Amino acid sequence: MANTTTNSNWWIWKVFWILLIVTTVEVVLGIIKPGFLINTQFLGTKLLNHIFIVLTIVKAAYIVLSFMHLGHERKSLKWTILIPPLILIPYLLFILLTEGGYALSLMH
Amino acid sequence: MSEKVTYGQAWKGGDKPFAASYGKLMMWFFLITDALTFSAFLGSYGFYRFKYPDIWPVPEEVFTHFPFLHGDHPLLFVALMTFILIMSSVTMVLAVNYGHKMEKKKVILWLSLTIVGGFMFLGSQAWEWGHFIHGDKGAIDTKTESIVHIAEGEKMSSVYNLMEVDGHDGSHHHFTINNVINKLETKPNFNIRTANKSYLSNSESIKFLQEEGTEVVLGANLKHNEYGVQNFGQCFFFITGFHGFHVFSGVIILIVILINVIKGTYERRGHYEMVEKVGLYWHFVDLVWVFVFTFFYLV
Repeated sequence: MANTTTNSNWWIWKVFWILLIVTTVEVVLGIIKPGFLINTQFLGTKLLNHIFIVLTIVKAAYIVLSFMHLGHERKSLKWTILIPPLILIPYLLFILLTEGGYALSLMH
Repeated sequence: MSEKVTYGQAWKGGDKPFAASYGKLMMWFFLITDALTFSAFLGSYGFYRFKYPDIWPVPEEVFTHFPFLHGDHPLLFVALMTFILIMSSVTMVLAVNYGHKMEKKKVILWLSLTIVGGFMFLGSQAWEWGHFIHGDKGAIDTKTESIVHIAEGEKMSSVYNLMEVDGHDGSHHHFTINNVINKLETKPNFNIRTANKSYLSNSESIKFLQEEGTEVVLGANLKHNEYGVQNFGQCFFFITGFHGFHVFSGVIILIVILINVIKGTYERRGHYEMVEKVGLYWHFVDLVWVFVFTFFYLV
Protein backbone atom coordinates (compact mmCIF):
# COMPACT_ATOMS: atom_id res chain seq x y z
CA MET A 1 0.00 0.00 0.00
CA ALA A 2 2.93 2.30 0.69
CA ASN A 3 3.49 3.40 -2.90
CA THR A 4 -0.15 3.72 -3.87
CA THR A 5 -0.85 6.42 -1.30
CA THR A 6 0.30 9.33 -3.36
CA ASN A 7 -0.47 8.01 -6.80
CA SER A 8 -4.07 6.90 -6.65
CA ASN A 9 -7.27 7.31 -4.72
CA TRP A 10 -8.71 3.79 -4.70
CA TRP A 11 -7.50 3.04 -1.17
CA ILE A 12 -9.42 6.07 0.15
CA TRP A 13 -12.68 4.72 -1.23
CA LYS A 14 -11.83 1.24 0.03
CA VAL A 15 -11.48 2.60 3.59
CA PHE A 16 -14.67 4.63 3.08
CA TRP A 17 -16.66 1.50 2.19
CA ILE A 18 -15.20 -0.42 5.14
CA LEU A 19 -16.16 2.39 7.55
CA LEU A 20 -19.62 2.66 6.01
CA ILE A 21 -20.30 -1.08 6.13
CA VAL A 22 -19.08 -1.42 9.73
CA THR A 23 -21.27 1.54 10.77
CA THR A 24 -24.27 0.03 8.98
CA VAL A 25 -23.73 -3.30 10.76
CA GLU A 26 -23.58 -1.43 14.08
CA VAL A 27 -26.80 0.49 13.41
CA VAL A 28 -28.67 -2.61 12.22
CA LEU A 29 -27.53 -4.58 15.30
CA GLY A 30 -28.50 -1.61 17.47
CA ILE A 31 -32.01 -1.48 15.99
CA ILE A 32 -32.89 -5.19 15.88
CA LYS A 33 -30.95 -6.11 19.06
CA PRO A 34 -30.74 -9.90 18.55
CA GLY A 35 -32.02 -11.66 21.69
CA PHE A 36 -29.13 -14.05 22.24
CA LEU A 37 -26.59 -11.21 22.05
CA ILE A 38 -28.55 -9.14 24.60
CA ASN A 39 -29.16 -11.97 27.05
CA THR A 40 -25.65 -13.38 27.05
CA GLN A 41 -23.53 -11.67 29.68
CA PHE A 42 -19.77 -11.68 29.23
CA LEU A 43 -17.18 -9.83 31.33
CA GLY A 44 -19.79 -7.72 33.07
CA THR A 45 -21.77 -6.54 30.07
CA LYS A 46 -23.90 -7.79 27.17
CA LEU A 47 -22.23 -9.74 24.38
CA LEU A 48 -23.69 -7.19 21.94
CA ASN A 49 -21.73 -4.40 23.64
CA HIS A 50 -18.50 -6.34 23.12
CA ILE A 51 -19.32 -6.61 19.44
CA PHE A 52 -19.92 -2.83 19.28
CA ILE A 53 -16.61 -2.14 21.01
CA VAL A 54 -14.66 -4.46 18.68
CA LEU A 55 -16.29 -2.89 15.59
CA THR A 56 -15.50 0.60 16.96
CA ILE A 57 -11.85 -0.30 17.43
CA VAL A 58 -11.76 -1.66 13.84
CA LYS A 59 -13.10 1.68 12.59
CA ALA A 60 -10.69 3.64 14.78
CA ALA A 61 -7.75 1.59 13.49
CA TYR A 62 -8.69 2.31 9.85
CA ILE A 63 -9.05 6.04 10.54
CA VAL A 64 -5.74 6.34 12.41
CA LEU A 65 -3.60 4.01 10.31
CA SER A 66 -5.01 4.86 6.90
CA PHE A 67 -6.65 8.31 6.89
CA MET A 68 -4.18 9.78 9.36
CA HIS A 69 -1.43 7.96 7.52
CA LEU A 70 0.13 6.63 10.72
CA GLY A 71 0.50 3.15 9.20
CA HIS A 72 2.98 4.59 6.71
CA GLU A 73 5.04 6.69 9.10
CA ARG A 74 8.41 5.56 10.39
CA LYS A 75 8.13 2.83 13.04
CA SER A 76 9.66 5.01 15.78
CA LEU A 77 7.06 7.75 15.23
CA LYS A 78 4.22 5.25 14.99
CA TRP A 79 4.94 3.67 18.38
CA THR A 80 5.81 6.98 20.04
CA ILE A 81 2.30 8.11 19.20
CA LEU A 82 0.43 4.86 19.82
CA ILE A 83 1.98 3.51 23.02
CA PRO A 84 1.01 6.28 25.50
CA PRO A 85 -2.73 6.21 24.66
CA LEU A 86 -2.76 2.41 24.33
CA ILE A 87 -1.45 2.09 27.89
CA LEU A 88 -3.08 5.09 29.59
CA ILE A 89 -6.61 4.85 28.19
CA PRO A 90 -7.33 1.19 29.15
CA TYR A 91 -5.72 1.93 32.53
CA LEU A 92 -7.96 4.96 33.10
CA LEU A 93 -11.07 3.08 31.95
CA PHE A 94 -10.27 0.13 34.19
CA ILE A 95 -10.00 2.41 37.23
CA LEU A 96 -13.12 4.45 36.45
CA LEU A 97 -15.34 1.45 35.66
CA THR A 98 -14.16 -0.46 38.73
CA GLU A 99 -14.84 2.60 40.88
CA GLY A 100 -18.29 2.94 39.27
CA GLY A 101 -19.16 -0.59 40.34
CA TYR A 102 -17.84 0.15 43.82
CA ALA A 103 -19.91 3.36 44.04
CA LEU A 104 -22.97 1.25 43.17
CA SER A 105 -22.19 -1.23 45.92
CA LEU A 106 -21.94 1.65 48.44
CA MET A 107 -25.48 2.83 47.66
CA HIS A 108 -27.02 -0.47 48.76
CA MET B 1 29.52 35.12 22.37
CA SER B 2 25.87 35.83 21.64
CA GLU B 3 25.71 33.75 18.53
CA LYS B 4 22.17 33.86 17.24
CA VAL B 5 20.61 30.44 16.76
CA THR B 6 18.07 30.77 14.02
CA TYR B 7 15.39 28.29 13.12
CA GLY B 8 16.79 25.20 11.45
CA GLN B 9 20.31 25.61 12.78
CA ALA B 10 19.73 24.15 16.24
CA TRP B 11 19.39 20.64 14.88
CA LYS B 12 22.90 19.52 14.03
CA GLY B 13 22.20 15.79 13.82
CA GLY B 14 21.90 13.68 10.74
CA ASP B 15 18.51 12.44 9.61
CA LYS B 16 15.39 13.54 11.42
CA PRO B 17 14.66 10.56 13.69
CA PHE B 18 10.93 10.51 12.95
CA ALA B 19 11.16 11.61 9.31
CA ALA B 20 8.36 14.05 10.07
CA SER B 21 8.31 17.84 10.24
CA TYR B 22 8.10 19.83 13.46
CA GLY B 23 4.55 20.94 12.71
CA LYS B 24 3.28 17.44 12.08
CA LEU B 25 4.92 16.10 15.24
CA MET B 26 3.38 18.84 17.35
CA MET B 27 -0.05 18.19 15.84
CA TRP B 28 0.32 14.52 16.78
CA PHE B 29 1.39 15.35 20.32
CA PHE B 30 -1.60 17.68 20.67
CA LEU B 31 -3.90 14.95 19.41
CA ILE B 32 -2.54 12.48 21.98
CA THR B 33 -3.37 14.86 24.83
CA ASP B 34 -6.77 15.56 23.28
CA ALA B 35 -7.43 11.82 23.03
CA LEU B 36 -6.71 11.52 26.75
CA THR B 37 -9.14 14.37 27.49
CA PHE B 38 -11.92 12.66 25.57
CA SER B 39 -11.07 9.34 27.27
CA ALA B 40 -11.56 11.05 30.62
CA PHE B 41 -14.98 12.33 29.48
CA LEU B 42 -16.13 8.98 28.12
CA GLY B 43 -14.57 7.20 31.10
CA SER B 44 -16.56 9.30 33.55
CA TYR B 45 -19.66 8.58 31.47
CA GLY B 46 -18.82 4.87 31.95
CA PHE B 47 -18.35 5.49 35.69
CA TYR B 48 -21.90 6.84 36.01
CA ARG B 49 -23.34 4.04 33.92
CA PHE B 50 -21.70 1.47 36.15
CA LYS B 51 -22.91 3.38 39.21
CA TYR B 52 -26.56 3.54 38.00
CA PRO B 53 -26.97 0.40 35.86
CA ASP B 54 -30.71 -0.03 36.52
CA ILE B 55 -31.96 3.54 36.33
CA TRP B 56 -29.75 4.85 33.51
CA PRO B 57 -31.87 6.10 30.55
CA VAL B 58 -32.11 3.80 27.51
CA PRO B 59 -30.57 5.70 24.56
CA GLU B 60 -33.14 4.53 22.04
CA GLU B 61 -35.94 5.97 24.17
CA VAL B 62 -34.16 9.32 24.20
CA PHE B 63 -32.84 9.79 20.67
CA THR B 64 -35.81 8.83 18.54
CA HIS B 65 -36.36 11.79 16.25
CA PHE B 66 -35.65 12.28 12.59
CA PRO B 67 -36.33 15.54 10.74
CA PHE B 68 -39.66 15.60 8.83
CA LEU B 69 -40.58 12.10 10.06
CA HIS B 70 -43.08 11.28 12.77
CA GLY B 71 -42.87 8.43 15.22
CA ASP B 72 -39.88 6.67 16.69
CA HIS B 73 -36.73 6.24 14.64
CA PRO B 74 -34.02 5.32 17.13
CA LEU B 75 -30.39 5.58 15.95
CA LEU B 76 -31.26 6.76 12.43
CA PHE B 77 -30.36 10.41 12.94
CA VAL B 78 -27.03 9.74 14.66
CA ALA B 79 -26.27 7.18 11.95
CA LEU B 80 -26.78 9.99 9.44
CA MET B 81 -24.49 12.29 11.45
CA THR B 82 -21.85 9.54 11.52
CA PHE B 83 -22.18 9.15 7.76
CA ILE B 84 -21.77 12.91 7.24
CA LEU B 85 -18.59 12.95 9.33
CA ILE B 86 -17.09 9.86 7.65
CA MET B 87 -17.89 11.42 4.27
CA SER B 88 -16.17 14.67 5.24
CA SER B 89 -13.16 12.64 6.39
CA VAL B 90 -13.01 11.08 2.93
CA THR B 91 -13.14 14.47 1.18
CA MET B 92 -10.41 15.69 3.57
CA VAL B 93 -8.12 12.78 2.74
CA LEU B 94 -8.74 13.45 -0.97
CA ALA B 95 -7.75 17.10 -0.46
CA VAL B 96 -4.53 16.00 1.28
CA ASN B 97 -3.84 13.55 -1.53
CA TYR B 98 -4.23 16.19 -4.25
CA GLY B 99 -2.07 18.48 -2.13
CA HIS B 100 0.76 15.96 -2.48
CA LYS B 101 0.33 16.19 -6.24
CA MET B 102 0.24 20.03 -6.12
CA GLU B 103 -3.14 20.15 -7.87
CA LYS B 104 -4.45 23.39 -6.48
CA LYS B 105 -7.91 23.30 -8.07
CA LYS B 106 -8.71 19.83 -6.76
CA VAL B 107 -7.46 20.76 -3.28
CA ILE B 108 -9.87 23.73 -3.35
CA LEU B 109 -12.75 21.49 -4.47
CA TRP B 110 -12.29 18.78 -1.83
CA LEU B 111 -11.43 21.21 0.95
CA SER B 112 -14.63 23.13 0.22
CA LEU B 113 -16.69 19.92 0.33
CA THR B 114 -15.08 19.07 3.68
CA ILE B 115 -16.19 22.45 5.03
CA VAL B 116 -19.73 21.80 3.74
CA GLY B 117 -19.70 18.43 5.56
CA GLY B 118 -18.52 20.16 8.73
CA PHE B 119 -21.37 22.66 8.58
CA MET B 120 -23.89 19.87 7.91
CA PHE B 121 -22.65 18.04 10.99
CA LEU B 122 -22.85 21.18 13.12
CA GLY B 123 -26.40 21.82 11.88
CA SER B 124 -27.40 18.25 12.75
CA GLN B 125 -25.93 18.62 16.18
CA ALA B 126 -27.80 21.87 16.79
CA TRP B 127 -31.01 20.08 15.79
CA GLU B 128 -30.18 17.18 18.08
CA TRP B 129 -29.48 19.52 20.99
CA GLY B 130 -32.73 21.39 20.32
CA HIS B 131 -34.72 18.19 20.62
CA PHE B 132 -32.79 17.02 23.66
CA ILE B 133 -33.35 20.32 25.48
CA HIS B 134 -37.04 20.52 24.54
CA GLY B 135 -37.79 16.85 25.26
CA ASP B 136 -41.09 15.24 24.34
CA LYS B 137 -42.26 13.05 27.21
CA GLY B 138 -41.75 15.02 30.40
CA ALA B 139 -41.07 13.35 33.73
CA ILE B 140 -41.32 13.80 37.48
CA ASP B 141 -38.38 14.31 39.78
CA THR B 142 -38.53 12.66 43.19
CA LYS B 143 -36.98 13.11 46.63
CA THR B 144 -34.49 10.33 45.93
CA GLU B 145 -33.52 12.21 42.74
CA SER B 146 -34.60 9.38 40.49
CA ILE B 147 -36.78 10.37 37.53
CA VAL B 148 -40.13 8.64 36.97
CA HIS B 149 -42.21 8.70 33.79
CA ILE B 150 -45.90 8.71 32.90
CA ALA B 151 -47.23 5.50 31.36
CA GLU B 152 -50.52 4.11 30.15
CA GLY B 153 -50.63 0.62 31.59
CA GLU B 154 -47.35 -0.99 30.52
CA LYS B 155 -46.71 1.47 27.70
CA MET B 156 -44.66 4.67 27.92
CA SER B 157 -46.81 7.76 27.60
CA SER B 158 -46.01 11.39 28.39
CA VAL B 159 -46.86 14.21 30.76
CA TYR B 160 -48.31 16.04 27.75
CA ASN B 161 -50.68 13.15 26.99
CA LEU B 162 -51.80 13.04 30.59
CA MET B 163 -52.35 16.81 30.75
CA GLU B 164 -54.02 16.79 27.30
CA VAL B 165 -51.82 19.46 25.75
CA ASP B 166 -49.64 19.42 22.63
CA GLY B 167 -46.00 19.33 23.74
CA HIS B 168 -44.83 20.72 20.40
CA ASP B 169 -47.18 23.68 20.02
CA GLY B 170 -44.35 26.09 20.71
CA SER B 171 -45.71 27.44 23.99
CA HIS B 172 -43.88 27.16 27.27
CA HIS B 173 -45.63 24.64 29.50
CA HIS B 174 -45.37 24.43 33.24
CA PHE B 175 -47.08 21.87 35.48
CA THR B 176 -46.94 21.30 39.21
CA ILE B 177 -46.95 17.96 41.01
CA ASN B 178 -50.52 18.65 42.13
CA ASN B 179 -51.66 19.17 38.50
CA VAL B 180 -50.33 15.72 37.69
CA ILE B 181 -51.82 14.07 40.80
CA ASN B 182 -55.25 15.60 40.06
CA LYS B 183 -55.14 14.35 36.47
CA LEU B 184 -54.07 10.88 37.60
CA GLU B 185 -57.10 10.79 39.91
CA THR B 186 -59.50 11.59 37.07
CA LYS B 187 -57.79 9.33 34.51
CA PRO B 188 -57.34 5.83 35.94
CA ASN B 189 -55.74 4.42 32.77
CA PHE B 190 -52.59 6.49 33.41
CA ASN B 191 -49.90 5.47 35.89
CA ILE B 192 -46.19 5.82 36.73
CA ARG B 193 -43.20 3.99 35.34
CA THR B 194 -40.46 3.99 37.97
CA ALA B 195 -36.80 4.69 37.25
CA ASN B 196 -35.92 1.01 37.07
CA LYS B 197 -38.66 0.49 34.46
CA SER B 198 -41.34 -1.21 36.55
CA TYR B 199 -44.97 -0.06 36.38
CA LEU B 200 -47.11 1.04 39.34
CA SER B 201 -50.91 0.87 39.41
CA ASN B 202 -52.89 4.12 39.22
CA SER B 203 -53.56 4.27 42.98
CA GLU B 204 -49.96 3.35 43.80
CA SER B 205 -48.81 6.09 41.43
CA ILE B 206 -50.89 8.75 43.18
CA LYS B 207 -49.64 7.66 46.59
CA PHE B 208 -46.04 7.56 45.30
CA LEU B 209 -46.25 11.10 43.90
CA GLN B 210 -47.84 12.49 47.06
CA GLU B 211 -44.99 11.09 49.15
CA GLU B 212 -42.00 11.34 46.81
CA GLY B 213 -42.75 13.75 43.97
CA THR B 214 -40.90 17.06 43.98
CA GLU B 215 -41.38 18.68 40.57
CA VAL B 216 -42.39 18.10 36.97
CA VAL B 217 -39.38 18.15 34.63
CA LEU B 218 -39.93 19.08 30.99
CA GLY B 219 -36.90 18.77 28.72
CA ALA B 220 -33.30 18.93 29.83
CA ASN B 221 -30.79 21.37 31.27
CA LEU B 222 -27.63 21.07 33.34
CA LYS B 223 -29.62 20.75 36.58
CA HIS B 224 -31.92 17.91 35.62
CA ASN B 225 -33.43 16.21 32.62
CA GLU B 226 -36.59 14.29 31.86
CA TYR B 227 -34.71 11.21 30.62
CA GLY B 228 -33.33 9.97 33.94
CA VAL B 229 -30.24 10.34 36.12
CA GLN B 230 -28.96 13.94 36.25
CA ASN B 231 -25.50 12.87 35.11
CA PHE B 232 -26.94 11.62 31.84
CA GLY B 233 -27.86 15.14 30.73
CA GLN B 234 -24.60 16.59 31.99
CA CYS B 235 -22.56 13.95 30.15
CA PHE B 236 -24.60 14.57 26.99
CA PHE B 237 -23.98 18.32 27.05
CA PHE B 238 -20.30 18.05 27.94
CA ILE B 239 -19.26 15.21 25.65
CA THR B 240 -21.23 16.10 22.53
CA GLY B 241 -20.63 19.78 23.27
CA PHE B 242 -16.88 19.38 23.57
CA HIS B 243 -16.84 17.31 20.40
CA GLY B 244 -19.06 19.84 18.61
CA PHE B 245 -16.67 22.60 19.70
CA HIS B 246 -13.84 20.61 18.08
CA VAL B 247 -15.83 20.33 14.86
CA PHE B 248 -16.54 24.05 14.99
CA SER B 249 -12.88 25.01 15.46
CA GLY B 250 -12.00 22.47 12.76
CA VAL B 251 -14.34 24.20 10.31
CA ILE B 252 -12.82 27.62 11.17
CA ILE B 253 -9.28 26.30 10.63
CA LEU B 254 -10.32 24.64 7.36
CA ILE B 255 -11.75 27.95 6.11
CA VAL B 256 -8.48 29.76 6.94
CA ILE B 257 -6.48 27.07 5.15
CA LEU B 258 -8.84 27.18 2.15
CA ILE B 259 -8.30 30.93 1.83
CA ASN B 260 -4.53 30.35 1.90
CA VAL B 261 -4.84 27.65 -0.77
CA ILE B 262 -6.87 29.98 -2.99
CA LYS B 263 -4.35 32.79 -2.46
CA GLY B 264 -1.59 30.38 -3.54
CA THR B 265 0.38 30.51 -0.28
CA TYR B 266 1.18 26.81 -0.34
CA GLU B 267 1.83 26.81 -4.06
CA ARG B 268 4.59 29.38 -3.43
CA ARG B 269 5.82 27.48 -0.37
CA GLY B 270 6.27 24.44 -2.59
CA HIS B 271 4.24 22.02 -0.50
CA TYR B 272 0.75 21.54 0.93
CA GLU B 273 1.83 20.23 4.33
CA MET B 274 -0.49 22.65 6.12
CA VAL B 275 -3.46 20.89 4.52
CA GLU B 276 -2.05 17.60 5.81
CA LYS B 277 -1.74 18.94 9.37
CA VAL B 278 -5.32 20.22 9.42
CA GLY B 279 -6.30 16.88 7.91
CA LEU B 280 -4.84 15.11 10.94
CA TYR B 281 -6.97 17.26 13.22
CA TRP B 282 -10.09 16.72 11.13
CA HIS B 283 -9.67 12.92 11.10
CA PHE B 284 -9.15 13.01 14.84
CA VAL B 285 -12.53 14.73 15.24
CA ASP B 286 -14.06 11.93 13.16
CA LEU B 287 -12.24 9.37 15.31
CA VAL B 288 -13.67 10.83 18.51
CA TRP B 289 -17.17 10.80 17.04
CA VAL B 290 -16.80 7.07 16.26
CA PHE B 291 -16.30 6.48 20.00
CA VAL B 292 -19.02 8.93 21.10
CA PHE B 293 -21.43 7.22 18.68
CA THR B 294 -20.69 3.80 20.18
CA PHE B 295 -20.67 4.70 23.85
CA PHE B 296 -23.43 7.28 23.89
CA TYR B 297 -25.89 5.92 21.37
CA LEU B 298 -25.22 2.20 20.85
CA VAL B 299 -24.02 0.59 24.07
